[in-house]
Amino acid sequence: MKIEILGTGCKKCKDLEIVAKEAVAKIGGFHSVEKVEDIQKIMDYGVMSTPGLVIDGEVKSTGKLLSVDEVIALMKG
Amino acid sequence: MWKEAVDYLTYNLLSLEGHAGEALNFFIYDTFKIWFLLVTIIFVVSYLRTHFNTEYVRAHLQGKSQLYGNVLAAVFGIITPFCSCSAIPLFLGFIQARIPVGVTFSFLISSPMNNEIAIALLFGLFGWKITALYIGFGLLVAILGGFIIGRLGMEKYILMDVKPMEGELDEVKITLTQRERLQEAYDYTKEIFQKIYLYVLLGVGIGALIHGYIPADFIARYAGADNIFAVPLAVLMGIPMYSNAAGVMPLVEVLTSKGMLLGTALSFMMAVTALSLPEAMILKKILHIKLIATFFGIVGLGIIGIGYLFNFIL
Repeated sequence: MKIEILGTGCKKCKDLEIVAKEAVAKIGGFHSVEKVEDIQKIMDYGVMSTPGLVIDGEVKSTGKLLSVDEVIALMKG
Repeated sequence: MWKEAVDYLTYNLLSLEGHAGEALNFFIYDTFKIWFLLVTIIFVVSYLRTHFNTEYVRAHLQGKSQLYGNVLAAVFGIITPFCSCSAIPLFLGFIQARIPVGVTFSFLISSPMNNEIAIALLFGLFGWKITALYIGFGLLVAILGGFIIGRLGMEKYILMDVKPMEGELDEVKITLTQRERLQEAYDYTKEIFQKIYLYVLLGVGIGALIHGYIPADFIARYAGADNIFAVPLAVLMGIPMYSNAAGVMPLVEVLTSKGMLLGTALSFMMAVTALSLPEAMILKKILHIKLIATFFGIVGLGIIGIGYLFNFIL
Protein backbone atom coordinates (compact mmCIF):
# COMPACT_ATOMS: atom_id res chain seq x y z
CA MET A 1 0.00 0.00 0.00
CA LYS A 2 1.06 3.52 -0.59
CA ILE A 3 0.35 5.85 2.28
CA GLU A 4 0.68 9.58 1.82
CA ILE A 5 0.57 12.19 4.55
CA LEU A 6 -0.57 15.59 3.28
CA GLY A 7 0.71 18.51 5.28
CA THR A 8 2.60 21.75 4.91
CA GLY A 9 4.66 21.36 8.04
CA CYS A 10 2.37 21.89 10.99
CA LYS A 11 3.01 19.92 14.16
CA LYS A 12 0.06 17.57 13.69
CA CYS A 13 1.25 16.72 10.17
CA LYS A 14 4.65 15.63 11.43
CA ASP A 15 3.02 13.64 14.20
CA LEU A 16 0.74 11.87 11.76
CA GLU A 17 3.74 10.83 9.68
CA ILE A 18 5.28 9.20 12.75
CA VAL A 19 1.96 7.52 13.59
CA ALA A 20 1.64 6.18 10.02
CA LYS A 21 5.15 4.71 10.20
CA GLU A 22 4.36 3.06 13.50
CA ALA A 23 1.17 1.63 12.02
CA VAL A 24 3.12 0.20 9.09
CA ALA A 25 5.69 -1.33 11.44
CA LYS A 26 2.91 -2.88 13.52
CA ILE A 27 0.95 -4.33 10.63
CA GLY A 28 4.02 -5.66 8.80
CA GLY A 29 4.43 -6.23 5.09
CA PHE A 30 5.64 -3.79 2.51
CA HIS A 31 4.01 -0.39 2.58
CA SER A 32 5.45 2.99 1.74
CA VAL A 33 4.87 6.12 3.77
CA GLU A 34 5.46 9.38 2.03
CA LYS A 35 5.06 12.94 3.27
CA VAL A 36 3.55 15.28 0.67
CA GLU A 37 4.46 18.89 1.37
CA ASP A 38 3.90 20.40 -2.06
CA ILE A 39 0.84 22.58 -1.65
CA GLN A 40 -0.17 22.07 -5.28
CA LYS A 41 -0.27 18.30 -4.82
CA ILE A 42 -2.28 18.66 -1.63
CA MET A 43 -4.72 20.85 -3.53
CA ASP A 44 -4.99 18.22 -6.24
CA TYR A 45 -6.36 15.82 -3.65
CA GLY A 46 -8.99 18.42 -2.76
CA VAL A 47 -7.81 18.55 0.84
CA MET A 48 -7.78 21.82 2.77
CA SER A 49 -7.64 20.81 6.39
CA THR A 50 -4.29 19.26 7.07
CA PRO A 51 -3.03 16.75 7.97
CA GLY A 52 -4.61 14.52 5.38
CA LEU A 53 -4.15 10.78 5.08
CA VAL A 54 -4.25 9.21 1.64
CA ILE A 55 -4.10 5.47 1.04
CA ASP A 56 -3.49 4.28 -2.52
CA GLY A 57 -4.64 7.60 -3.92
CA GLU A 58 -7.83 7.81 -1.89
CA VAL A 59 -8.35 10.46 0.80
CA LYS A 60 -9.23 8.67 4.02
CA SER A 61 -9.02 11.36 6.66
CA THR A 62 -8.56 15.11 6.89
CA GLY A 63 -7.79 17.59 9.62
CA LYS A 64 -6.99 15.26 12.45
CA LEU A 65 -4.19 13.41 14.08
CA LEU A 66 -5.17 9.76 13.98
CA SER A 67 -4.00 7.11 16.41
CA VAL A 68 -1.91 4.12 15.30
CA ASP A 69 -4.93 1.84 15.58
CA GLU A 70 -7.09 4.18 13.54
CA VAL A 71 -4.52 4.22 10.74
CA ILE A 72 -4.35 0.42 10.82
CA ALA A 73 -8.15 0.24 10.64
CA LEU A 74 -8.12 2.53 7.60
CA MET A 75 -5.42 0.42 5.94
CA LYS A 76 -7.44 -2.72 6.47
CA GLY A 77 -10.80 -1.21 5.58
CA MET B 1 -26.79 25.98 43.19
CA TRP B 2 -23.12 26.05 42.31
CA LYS B 3 -22.99 29.64 43.61
CA GLU B 4 -24.39 28.57 47.00
CA ALA B 5 -21.96 25.68 47.25
CA VAL B 6 -18.98 27.94 46.63
CA ASP B 7 -20.35 30.56 49.02
CA TYR B 8 -20.69 27.91 51.71
CA LEU B 9 -17.16 26.67 51.10
CA THR B 10 -15.46 30.06 51.26
CA TYR B 11 -17.50 31.85 53.90
CA ASN B 12 -18.53 29.01 56.22
CA LEU B 13 -16.07 26.15 55.89
CA LEU B 14 -12.97 28.27 55.39
CA SER B 15 -14.56 31.23 57.20
CA LEU B 16 -12.80 33.77 55.00
CA GLU B 17 -13.92 37.36 54.97
CA GLY B 18 -13.25 40.59 53.10
CA HIS B 19 -10.90 40.77 50.14
CA ALA B 20 -9.40 37.30 50.47
CA GLY B 21 -12.80 35.65 50.77
CA GLU B 22 -14.20 37.55 47.84
CA ALA B 23 -11.20 36.78 45.65
CA LEU B 24 -11.21 33.06 46.48
CA ASN B 25 -14.97 32.79 46.09
CA PHE B 26 -14.80 34.42 42.67
CA PHE B 27 -11.85 32.27 41.63
CA ILE B 28 -13.43 28.93 42.50
CA TYR B 29 -16.84 29.88 41.17
CA ASP B 30 -15.60 31.23 37.84
CA THR B 31 -12.93 28.63 37.14
CA PHE B 32 -15.23 25.66 37.46
CA LYS B 33 -18.11 27.34 35.72
CA ILE B 34 -15.93 28.20 32.72
CA TRP B 35 -14.26 24.80 32.60
CA PHE B 36 -17.65 23.16 32.58
CA LEU B 37 -18.96 25.40 29.81
CA LEU B 38 -15.81 25.01 27.76
CA VAL B 39 -15.98 21.23 27.85
CA THR B 40 -19.71 21.18 27.04
CA ILE B 41 -19.60 23.70 24.20
CA ILE B 42 -16.42 22.38 22.61
CA PHE B 43 -17.84 18.88 22.67
CA VAL B 44 -21.09 19.93 21.01
CA VAL B 45 -19.34 22.06 18.38
CA SER B 46 -16.75 19.43 17.53
CA TYR B 47 -19.50 16.84 17.19
CA LEU B 48 -21.43 19.07 14.78
CA ARG B 49 -18.19 19.71 12.98
CA THR B 50 -17.84 16.07 11.99
CA HIS B 51 -20.75 16.83 9.65
CA PHE B 52 -19.40 20.10 8.22
CA ASN B 53 -15.70 19.99 7.46
CA THR B 54 -13.88 22.56 5.36
CA GLU B 55 -14.15 20.45 2.23
CA TYR B 56 -17.91 20.31 2.67
CA VAL B 57 -18.07 24.09 3.08
CA ARG B 58 -16.06 24.63 -0.07
CA ALA B 59 -18.34 22.43 -2.12
CA HIS B 60 -21.32 24.41 -0.86
CA LEU B 61 -19.85 27.84 -1.46
CA GLN B 62 -18.95 27.10 -5.02
CA GLY B 63 -20.84 29.09 -7.61
CA LYS B 64 -22.84 31.21 -5.14
CA SER B 65 -23.49 34.86 -5.99
CA GLN B 66 -21.40 37.62 -4.36
CA LEU B 67 -23.39 38.80 -1.36
CA TYR B 68 -25.14 35.49 -0.73
CA GLY B 69 -21.74 33.81 -0.83
CA ASN B 70 -20.40 36.27 1.75
CA VAL B 71 -23.29 35.58 4.11
CA LEU B 72 -23.02 31.82 3.69
CA ALA B 73 -19.24 31.85 4.16
CA ALA B 74 -19.53 33.89 7.37
CA VAL B 75 -22.18 31.54 8.77
CA PHE B 76 -20.12 28.45 7.89
CA GLY B 77 -17.24 30.15 9.69
CA ILE B 78 -19.02 29.67 13.01
CA ILE B 79 -19.03 25.92 12.87
CA THR B 80 -15.77 25.09 11.13
CA PRO B 81 -12.48 24.93 12.95
CA PHE B 82 -9.74 27.35 12.26
CA CYS B 83 -6.10 26.88 12.79
CA SER B 84 -3.69 29.41 11.34
CA CYS B 85 -1.52 26.50 10.16
CA SER B 86 -4.21 25.53 7.67
CA ALA B 87 -4.88 29.08 6.45
CA ILE B 88 -2.85 28.58 3.25
CA PRO B 89 -4.40 25.33 2.01
CA LEU B 90 -7.77 26.79 2.87
CA PHE B 91 -7.21 30.00 0.98
CA LEU B 92 -5.78 28.29 -2.09
CA GLY B 93 -8.43 25.60 -1.98
CA PHE B 94 -11.18 28.20 -2.10
CA ILE B 95 -9.55 30.08 -4.97
CA GLN B 96 -9.07 26.80 -6.80
CA ALA B 97 -12.79 26.17 -6.56
CA ARG B 98 -13.32 29.61 -8.14
CA ILE B 99 -14.84 30.99 -4.95
CA PRO B 100 -14.34 34.79 -5.13
CA VAL B 101 -11.64 36.38 -2.98
CA GLY B 102 -14.22 38.41 -1.06
CA VAL B 103 -16.21 35.32 -0.10
CA THR B 104 -13.01 33.58 0.95
CA PHE B 105 -12.19 36.50 3.21
CA SER B 106 -15.66 36.44 4.77
CA PHE B 107 -14.87 32.91 5.82
CA LEU B 108 -11.35 33.80 6.90
CA ILE B 109 -12.65 36.60 9.15
CA SER B 110 -15.60 34.71 10.61
CA SER B 111 -13.92 31.38 11.30
CA PRO B 112 -11.33 32.45 13.91
CA MET B 113 -13.60 35.14 15.38
CA ASN B 114 -16.46 32.72 16.04
CA ASN B 115 -14.33 29.90 17.38
CA GLU B 116 -15.82 27.63 20.01
CA ILE B 117 -13.35 28.60 22.74
CA ALA B 118 -14.20 32.28 22.46
CA ILE B 119 -17.92 31.55 22.36
CA ALA B 120 -17.79 29.25 25.38
CA LEU B 121 -15.82 31.81 27.37
CA LEU B 122 -18.09 34.68 26.39
CA PHE B 123 -21.14 32.67 27.33
CA GLY B 124 -19.67 31.68 30.67
CA LEU B 125 -18.41 35.14 31.55
CA PHE B 126 -20.93 37.55 30.06
CA GLY B 127 -24.11 35.55 29.48
CA TRP B 128 -26.04 34.84 26.32
CA LYS B 129 -26.94 38.43 25.39
CA ILE B 130 -23.37 39.61 24.99
CA THR B 131 -22.48 36.33 23.28
CA ALA B 132 -25.29 36.86 20.77
CA LEU B 133 -24.16 40.44 20.15
CA TYR B 134 -20.59 39.28 19.68
CA ILE B 135 -21.59 36.60 17.16
CA GLY B 136 -24.07 38.88 15.38
CA PHE B 137 -21.69 41.76 14.94
CA GLY B 138 -18.84 39.37 14.23
CA LEU B 139 -20.87 38.02 11.31
CA LEU B 140 -21.62 41.55 10.16
CA VAL B 141 -17.91 42.43 10.07
CA ALA B 142 -17.14 39.20 8.22
CA ILE B 143 -19.88 39.70 5.64
CA LEU B 144 -19.23 43.39 4.98
CA GLY B 145 -15.45 43.05 5.24
CA GLY B 146 -15.43 40.23 2.72
CA PHE B 147 -17.85 42.07 0.47
CA ILE B 148 -15.69 45.22 0.43
CA ILE B 149 -12.48 43.26 -0.17
CA GLY B 150 -14.28 41.53 -3.04
CA ARG B 151 -15.18 44.89 -4.56
CA LEU B 152 -11.62 46.21 -4.42
CA GLY B 153 -10.42 43.86 -7.15
CA MET B 154 -7.45 42.51 -5.23
CA GLU B 155 -7.07 39.21 -7.08
CA LYS B 156 -3.73 40.39 -8.47
CA TYR B 157 -2.26 40.39 -4.98
CA ILE B 158 -2.50 36.65 -4.65
CA LEU B 159 1.09 35.65 -5.20
CA MET B 160 0.58 32.03 -6.02
CA ASP B 161 -0.74 30.79 -9.29
CA VAL B 162 -3.70 28.55 -8.66
CA LYS B 163 -5.10 26.48 -11.44
CA PRO B 164 -8.87 26.67 -11.22
CA MET B 165 -10.52 23.31 -11.23
CA GLU B 166 -12.62 22.33 -14.16
CA GLY B 167 -16.32 21.84 -13.60
CA GLU B 168 -17.95 21.11 -10.31
CA LEU B 169 -15.73 20.03 -7.51
CA ASP B 170 -16.14 16.62 -5.97
CA GLU B 171 -16.64 16.62 -2.28
CA VAL B 172 -14.13 14.53 -0.39
CA LYS B 173 -16.44 11.97 1.13
CA ILE B 174 -15.45 10.42 4.39
CA THR B 175 -18.25 8.53 6.08
CA LEU B 176 -18.14 8.10 9.81
CA THR B 177 -20.28 6.09 12.18
CA GLN B 178 -22.05 7.77 15.11
CA ARG B 179 -19.50 6.19 17.44
CA GLU B 180 -16.58 7.56 15.45
CA ARG B 181 -18.10 11.04 15.49
CA LEU B 182 -18.53 10.98 19.26
CA GLN B 183 -15.03 9.61 19.68
CA GLU B 184 -13.66 12.38 17.50
CA ALA B 185 -15.55 15.03 19.47
CA TYR B 186 -14.26 13.54 22.71
CA ASP B 187 -10.65 13.48 21.48
CA TYR B 188 -10.83 17.03 20.24
CA THR B 189 -12.42 18.33 23.44
CA LYS B 190 -9.74 16.63 25.51
CA GLU B 191 -6.98 18.04 23.33
CA ILE B 192 -8.28 21.61 23.49
CA PHE B 193 -9.04 21.48 27.18
CA GLN B 194 -5.55 20.25 27.99
CA LYS B 195 -4.18 23.10 25.95
CA ILE B 196 -6.15 25.91 27.58
CA TYR B 197 -7.24 24.94 31.10
CA LEU B 198 -4.15 26.52 32.61
CA TYR B 199 -4.69 29.79 30.76
CA VAL B 200 -8.23 29.91 32.08
CA LEU B 201 -6.94 29.25 35.60
CA LEU B 202 -4.37 31.99 35.24
CA GLY B 203 -6.77 34.48 33.69
CA VAL B 204 -9.43 33.89 36.30
CA GLY B 205 -6.77 33.95 39.04
CA ILE B 206 -5.49 37.37 38.05
CA GLY B 207 -9.09 38.44 37.50
CA ALA B 208 -9.96 37.30 41.02
CA LEU B 209 -7.16 39.41 42.49
CA ILE B 210 -8.35 42.45 40.57
CA HIS B 211 -11.89 41.65 41.59
CA GLY B 212 -11.04 41.46 45.25
CA TYR B 213 -8.37 44.11 45.64
CA ILE B 214 -8.54 46.83 43.02
CA PRO B 215 -11.11 49.58 43.61
CA ALA B 216 -14.00 49.78 41.21
CA ASP B 217 -13.21 53.14 39.65
CA PHE B 218 -9.54 52.38 38.98
CA ILE B 219 -10.05 50.89 35.53
CA ALA B 220 -12.79 53.35 34.69
CA ARG B 221 -10.26 56.14 35.00
CA TYR B 222 -8.16 54.62 32.18
CA ALA B 223 -10.54 52.68 29.99
CA GLY B 224 -13.85 54.25 30.89
CA ALA B 225 -16.12 56.70 29.17
CA ASP B 226 -13.77 59.66 29.46
CA ASN B 227 -11.07 58.14 27.32
CA ILE B 228 -12.24 58.45 23.73
CA PHE B 229 -9.20 56.53 22.48
CA ALA B 230 -10.01 53.50 24.61
CA VAL B 231 -11.58 51.57 21.71
CA PRO B 232 -8.77 51.83 19.12
CA LEU B 233 -6.22 51.26 21.86
CA ALA B 234 -8.01 48.13 22.97
CA VAL B 235 -8.03 46.87 19.36
CA LEU B 236 -4.30 47.45 18.95
CA MET B 237 -3.60 45.65 22.21
CA GLY B 238 -5.74 42.72 21.11
CA ILE B 239 -3.75 41.92 17.95
CA PRO B 240 -0.78 40.08 19.51
CA MET B 241 -2.90 38.09 21.97
CA TYR B 242 -4.51 35.52 19.72
CA SER B 243 -3.15 32.34 21.23
CA ASN B 244 -4.12 33.47 24.70
CA ALA B 245 -7.81 34.16 24.20
CA ALA B 246 -8.56 31.68 26.97
CA GLY B 247 -6.56 33.66 29.49
CA VAL B 248 -7.44 37.13 28.24
CA MET B 249 -11.23 36.88 28.27
CA PRO B 250 -11.64 36.26 32.02
CA LEU B 251 -9.56 39.40 32.56
CA VAL B 252 -11.78 41.43 30.27
CA GLU B 253 -14.84 40.39 32.23
CA VAL B 254 -13.30 41.67 35.45
CA LEU B 255 -12.23 44.90 33.77
CA THR B 256 -15.79 45.56 32.65
CA SER B 257 -17.03 45.03 36.19
CA LYS B 258 -14.49 47.65 37.23
CA GLY B 259 -15.76 50.28 34.85
CA MET B 260 -14.39 49.41 31.39
CA LEU B 261 -17.15 50.10 28.87
CA LEU B 262 -18.74 47.10 27.23
CA GLY B 263 -18.12 48.34 23.69
CA THR B 264 -14.43 48.71 24.45
CA ALA B 265 -14.39 45.20 25.88
CA LEU B 266 -16.22 43.79 22.86
CA SER B 267 -13.80 45.44 20.42
CA PHE B 268 -10.87 44.13 22.38
CA MET B 269 -12.14 40.57 22.34
CA MET B 270 -12.93 40.70 18.64
CA ALA B 271 -9.43 42.00 17.94
CA VAL B 272 -7.95 39.17 20.00
CA THR B 273 -9.69 36.52 17.92
CA ALA B 274 -10.07 38.07 14.46
CA LEU B 275 -6.76 39.86 14.00
CA SER B 276 -4.01 37.39 14.53
CA LEU B 277 -0.41 38.25 13.90
CA PRO B 278 0.73 34.65 13.34
CA GLU B 279 -2.01 34.20 10.76
CA ALA B 280 -0.87 37.34 8.94
CA MET B 281 2.70 36.05 8.89
CA ILE B 282 1.59 32.76 7.40
CA LEU B 283 -0.65 34.38 4.79
CA LYS B 284 2.26 36.60 3.76
CA LYS B 285 3.70 33.59 1.94
CA ILE B 286 0.89 33.64 -0.59
CA LEU B 287 -0.61 37.13 -0.35
CA HIS B 288 0.91 40.50 -1.11
CA ILE B 289 1.35 42.69 1.93
CA LYS B 290 -1.12 45.16 0.44
CA LEU B 291 -3.90 42.61 0.54
CA ILE B 292 -3.07 41.59 4.12
CA ALA B 293 -2.95 45.25 5.17
CA THR B 294 -6.32 45.86 3.52
CA PHE B 295 -7.74 42.82 5.31
CA PHE B 296 -6.43 43.98 8.70
CA GLY B 297 -7.45 47.57 8.02
CA ILE B 298 -11.04 46.78 7.09
CA VAL B 299 -11.57 44.34 9.95
CA GLY B 300 -9.83 46.67 12.41
CA LEU B 301 -11.99 49.64 11.41
CA GLY B 302 -15.13 47.50 11.56
CA ILE B 303 -14.31 46.34 15.07
CA ILE B 304 -13.51 49.87 16.22
CA GLY B 305 -16.81 51.06 14.77
CA ILE B 306 -18.68 48.39 16.72
CA GLY B 307 -16.90 49.43 19.91
CA TYR B 308 -17.91 53.07 19.56
CA LEU B 309 -21.45 52.12 18.61
CA PHE B 310 -21.83 50.03 21.75
CA ASN B 311 -20.27 52.53 24.06
CA PHE B 312 -22.69 55.05 22.64
CA ILE B 313 -25.92 53.05 22.94
CA LEU B 314 -25.35 50.88 26.02
